[in-house]
Amino acid sequence: MILSLYIINKAGGLVYQRDFNEGLQRLSSNDYLILAGTFHSIHAITSRISPTGNSDGLDLLEADGFKLHCFQTVTGTKFLLVTDPSHHSVDGILRKIYNLYSDYVMKNPFYTPEMPIRVELFDQNLIRAVHTAL
Amino acid sequence: MAKQYKTLGEDIWKNRVETINAELFIFTYGSIVAQLVKDFEDYEQVNKQLEKMGYNIGVRLIEDFLSRSGWGRCTDFKETMEVISKIGFKMFLNIAPTVTNWSTDSKVCSLILDENPLNDFVELPLDTQHKLWYSNILCGVLRGALEMVQMQIEANFISCVLQGDDISEIRVQFIRHLQEELPNADD
Repeated sequence: MILSLYIINKAGGLVYQRDFNEGLQRLSSNDYLILAGTFHSIHAITSRISPTGNSDGLDLLEADGFKLHCFQTVTGTKFLLVTDPSHHSVDGILRKIYNLYSDYVMKNPFYTPEMPIRVELFDQNLIRAVHTAL
Repeated sequence: MAKQYKTLGEDIWKNRVETINAELFIFTYGSIVAQLVKDFEDYEQVNKQLEKMGYNIGVRLIEDFLSRSGWGRCTDFKETMEVISKIGFKMFLNIAPTVTNWSTDSKVCSLILDENPLNDFVELPLDTQHKLWYSNILCGVLRGALEMVQMQIEANFISCVLQGDDISEIRVQFIRHLQEELPNADD
């Protein structure tokens, strides 16, 4: 089950956050920002401490009760997907989400890159994609 | 390897790209350039504006390129240029410019545009001789797109068939890798 999605810009700022299920516990909006910034830093550290050379950094975080999958694009944008622990492959849906992002967010001439995403078409298509992926 | 780029480029072009009417595209671009010429009355300025517009396109277009092609990071600048030609240009313009004239340090090369859909039906006024680079938007697109994947480059037309030259050639120079720097806002 896919619980929520975060999008973090290349500077570590949270530009999008959405839950896909009713009744999930919410953090305060300030906490979401802190979380995104902290994750960004940890990701940067993990990509640098690799003893075997090149590493793309933190990829999957497993916790009691949830899993957090991270997909970083070559341009540095991060898509974080929170799922329940039994969820295995998220590659397909993450790729789909990246497609939707490049279509409905980046191709919208009135969206300013790196700024919070408030694009209705993106919301609608994202929700549809996540529900069909379930 | 080169063959693999070509196959992937053709596959994406055939199966994953929506096409529009070519005339609509050519007219749209043509009217933009003509309007800029009217507004600025200075070909140098028009080149600059086209490059800026291309830059703003490039920083967005790169996401479309990456998400559609699924291509990861290239190992060196040579590979980058091949990918741009065989997959990038193929996806967006259905052409695959030749990458050639490499400098000995592998930092400068040329893209030879054997065909260029932007040029169709275009005849430049005589006084533009070697001042107006009609397709200069492409240089900006290259710069914008590569900047988003942490590569700073410079691209310039050095010849163009519309100016009476034998070939259209864009010279691309690699400058440096950008390290986790914040991107500039839109120009």
